[in-house]
Amino acid sequence: MHQGERPHHAADLAAHVRAAARDRRVELALGALAAGTLALILLMLATVVIGGWPSFSTNGLSWFGPGAGASGDPVVQFRAMQLGVPLPGHPLLYFRAWPLIWGTLLSTVGAVAIALVVSTLAAVFLTEFAPTPVRRVLDPVVRLLAAVPSVIYGLVGLLLIAPWVSQHLISNARRESVQYVVQLSGSGLLTATLVLTVMIVPIMIALTANALANVPPAWREGSVALGVNRWRTIRRVSLRAARPAIVSGMVFGTARALGEAIMLAMIGGGRPFAPNPLDGLTFFYEPIQPLAASIVKEFGDNPNTPIGHTVYAIGAVLLFSAALLSLAGWAVRQPLKRYGIGI
Amino acid sequence: MERGTAMGRGAMKPTPPPPVRRIAVDRRPRVVQPGVPATSDAPIGEPGNGAGAAVDGIAGPGTAIAERPGGVSAAGTPAAAARRRIVRPSSSPPVERMRLESVSLAYGERWVVRNVSLPVRRGEVLALIGASGSGKTTLLRSLNRLTEITANAGRAGLITLDDEEIHTIEVNALRRRVTMVFQQPNPFPMSIFENVAYALREQVRENPARALLRSRRRLRRSQLEPAVREALHRAGLLDEVADDLHRPALSLSGGQQQRLCIARALAADPEVLLLDEPCSALDPISTAVIEDLIVELRESVAIVIVTHNLQQAQRVADHVAFMHLGELIEYGLAEQLFTEPRQQRTREYISGAFG
Amino acid sequence: MTAAEPALQPPPVAAIVRPRRESTSSWPLVDRLAYWLCWAVGIGLCVVAVGIVLFMFIKGISALRPNLFVESPSQGVLQEKHSGGFLDPLIGTFIVTAIGIAIALPVGVGIAVWLVEYGRPRWLMRTVESAIEMIAGIPSIVLALFGLLLFARSFFGLLSGSTSAGEVLGQSFFNAGIVMSVLALPLIVVATREALLQLPARTREASFALGKTRATTVRRVLLPSIRPGVASGAVLGMGRIIGDTAIILILLGTLKLEGAGGAPLLSTLRGTGSTLTYYIYYYAPTGDGNSPKKAYAAGFVLLMIVLGLNALVTRLTLRGSGERAAVRGIFVRAWPWSGGRPWGGGR
Repeated sequence: MHQGERPHHAADLAAHVRAAARDRRVELALGALAAGTLALILLMLATVVIGGWPSFSTNGLSWFGPGAGASGDPVVQFRAMQLGVPLPGHPLLYFRAWPLIWGTLLSTVGAVAIALVVSTLAAVFLTEFAPTPVRRVLDPVVRLLAAVPSVIYGLVGLLLIAPWVSQHLISNARRESVQYVVQLSGSGLLTATLVLTVMIVPIMIALTANALANVPPAWREGSVALGVNRWRTIRRVSLRAARPAIVSGMVFGTARALGEAIMLAMIGGGRPFAPNPLDGLTFFYEPIQPLAASIVKEFGDNPNTPIGHTVYAIGAVLLFSAALLSLAGWAVRQPLKRYGIGI
Repeated sequence: MERGTAMGRGAMKPTPPPPVRRIAVDRRPRVVQPGVPATSDAPIGEPGNGAGAAVDGIAGPGTAIAERPGGVSAAGTPAAAARRRIVRPSSSPPVERMRLESVSLAYGERWVVRNVSLPVRRGEVLALIGASGSGKTTLLRSLNRLTEITANAGRAGLITLDDEEIHTIEVNALRRRVTMVFQQPNPFPMSIFENVAYALREQVRENPARALLRSRRRLRRSQLEPAVREALHRAGLLDEVADDLHRPALSLSGGQQQRLCIARALAADPEVLLLDEPCSALDPISTAVIEDLIVELRESVAIVIVTHNLQQAQRVADHVAFMHLGELIEYGLAEQLFTEPRQQRTREYISGAFG
Repeated sequence: MTAAEPALQPPPVAAIVRPRRESTSSWPLVDRLAYWLCWAVGIGLCVVAVGIVLFMFIKGISALRPNLFVESPSQGVLQEKHSGGFLDPLIGTFIVTAIGIAIALPVGVGIAVWLVEYGRPRWLMRTVESAIEMIAGIPSIVLALFGLLLFARSFFGLLSGSTSAGEVLGQSFFNAGIVMSVLALPLIVVATREALLQLPARTREASFALGKTRATTVRRVLLPSIRPGVASGAVLGMGRIIGDTAIILILLGTLKLEGAGGAPLLSTLRGTGSTLTYYIYYYAPTGDGNSPKKAYAAGFVLLMIVLGLNALVTRLTLRGSGERAAVRGIFVRAWPWSGGRPWGGGR
């Protein structure tokens, strides 16, 4: 080997070693960043739970339950916390979340149920029945509905739908029948659930339509060749194949409905109340204030006040629900592979 | 003339075909465990990885062993020669079920089939043979109006089923009388039972007297079970799956899936059964099983089979129609067409000059 | 029957009968009802969407005047319905979005790159993927609560101003922007990840065969080729940030820009203000302002911005190679059925 070559080789080798080391550093750095998301979630859980701990520890498990009598009304409870004057016979942090939880359940379950039907029909229409010009219109329409901010939905609900409901669906007699308990305006369970449905329909349509479009043509052709009309084919073969996607859509939709705060704060009706199904049709017009909306409406700006602790407790409940839903969504995607359906 | 010499890989003596003798295929019931490969059938769509791994959740086609024209394995031995001939003639004279008169089919402006006239009879198997692009598949699909699902398909001429023009019959009712089995087995993502019962349930629904009734669950499994078992029996699958009819259909092997598709097609009690290269994706043993099945079925159902495997056509067909570039070149009895074809083109195809 | 004669001429084109699509008139009543219901739902959705846009358009145009864009909000004791504008909220929206994307973009791309290109150990990769999905599902109000509790500590005193009692306020543009970035993060990660997965393996193999390290490959080869995908993810993230109100309520929340003292830019960023969404919430009938006209005007502007971003995403995704929809995640990038595939295939 000549004298001149040795430094050349050495320089190359050094460069390679440096490059490999840099590669390793990059990998570690990015990996740390990725692991940071895990840390973020854990930190969030810890923070929110700690912030809400005083409320949980004061109330125990009855935090989730209904209260009794006049002091069972969250409006009264919040006011007590704001004034710093505890309700007679109760601690300052006394809180019973049941009306909020009930309102959340009603609006979420109602919205997801209606959205399930609507989104499935719409997805079938989009992939199977719509002629191409209609499809080209419906496609951006669905994306538009997904993109509209929730405050606009709230505005439209307040200024368009609620007045209509108030005028045409709620009679004066009905109003009088409950006037000592609640004020019936157009904003209430029905309006809120309907608008919430429109908000969660787009994501469900997206998932279902994608799955329908991916159903193997062999199955569809086989069904048609057996003399089964198009709708029955969709119903018995395509929708069955799309089941994991439909369930997945429901999970996403539920998560969205749970987390919706602004729109429900605007058109939920203004006060936390547990609508009573025994009230008959009035049930649909009674106001609700679901958990997320309650945070928006009741929070001041200081986390270290009684209201602050209560609000953080509500936030912890929401966070756990979101995490559980996420796990459920993952579990749903262990699909009916046995029957040949994947997602 | 023995076909073997022209196609052959081995030396074949030009002797007249040996006397007709049916070679029994091993039909002992085989107990198939899902996921455990049976003797030579490879399971398709194994639960958990087959369907899941595929991009769109499609059950894969499984062992796609295409049989080349001229089947290497069969052509050498005397035993194979004995096997090569048709089984005994059918017991009753064939009854004409469908008739094609001057049928032409087009996609867009391009004629794919030109002026074809054929009869389809119950009691016999009609084989459509020809090279790729000869229009035989399109012709088959026109028999149950499956060509209509393609845009731009056009037709001319007359096709009748029992003297009724098929375009005047409601299309779904027609397709239940003229059913089709495809090249790739396509069982639905349901259990075996539900696959076979599929058309049965729909049939009941379409009955006007029941049209407004609530749902198909009205038909309880107990009511459907006899018909399902019957169909599976006719397809020769009952013995193998009787132990558990509610297994997923995709856990069956390729040959079994194809027989399931045949059972599914038979469940509606059709008058005509159309088979589009049903064995081209299967291994030789499954192929043999299905060919025997076809010959048995011709007693009750008129069968039209499209095949590019000449030896298969020889084994199962009674009448053969040879098509080339959309035209019907020759139609005749199978023995005659394969031994003494009248047209030059036919002779060329059979001898392997093209194809 | 033997057709031994030579083939006849094909029938004239006029004799071709072209069948129409399977009409539904032969279906049972129940099926026809379902068919019409599908149509009704499809048309109904269009009507709803058009209704929302038209409503905001009509009401907004009538309430919109040029001075709104350049005046700050007025906060008088009386309901001054004809004064003030939404300049501050507009600026606020811009600032929050800029900070949010500036953080979310590099972090999101980095995470996606690690997930696709490195991704060891595998349990960590799967966990991180699930974590990203979980973050996507967390309501923004909860994120805001977390942010407030986190930032209202003296450790983060630099990021926001202080109350009169000397405690860290916790509310500022910085903090809102940081929390907003968490909102946009999953969208960017998903979009980048899908784009990277679409790249063929040979791109990477070719680069490695030339002796390049993985890091260099990513930086020089992969990232430049996925720009449309990343851009669409970023625009989706921007849309989500712009449309969010809850975080602004908790982490900002004054109508006008109020600085926190100090150097001009820093003061603004450490100070509070509002965004268009907050402005609308404030002036909606249920808000403290209760001035629907202002709400309409701002709502109209907000809707136009969001729709514009949406159209931008469409153009970005269609200009890409038209990949299949990325549905794992939140929004769809390219919808597979647009582009039209006729029912059935035929051969």
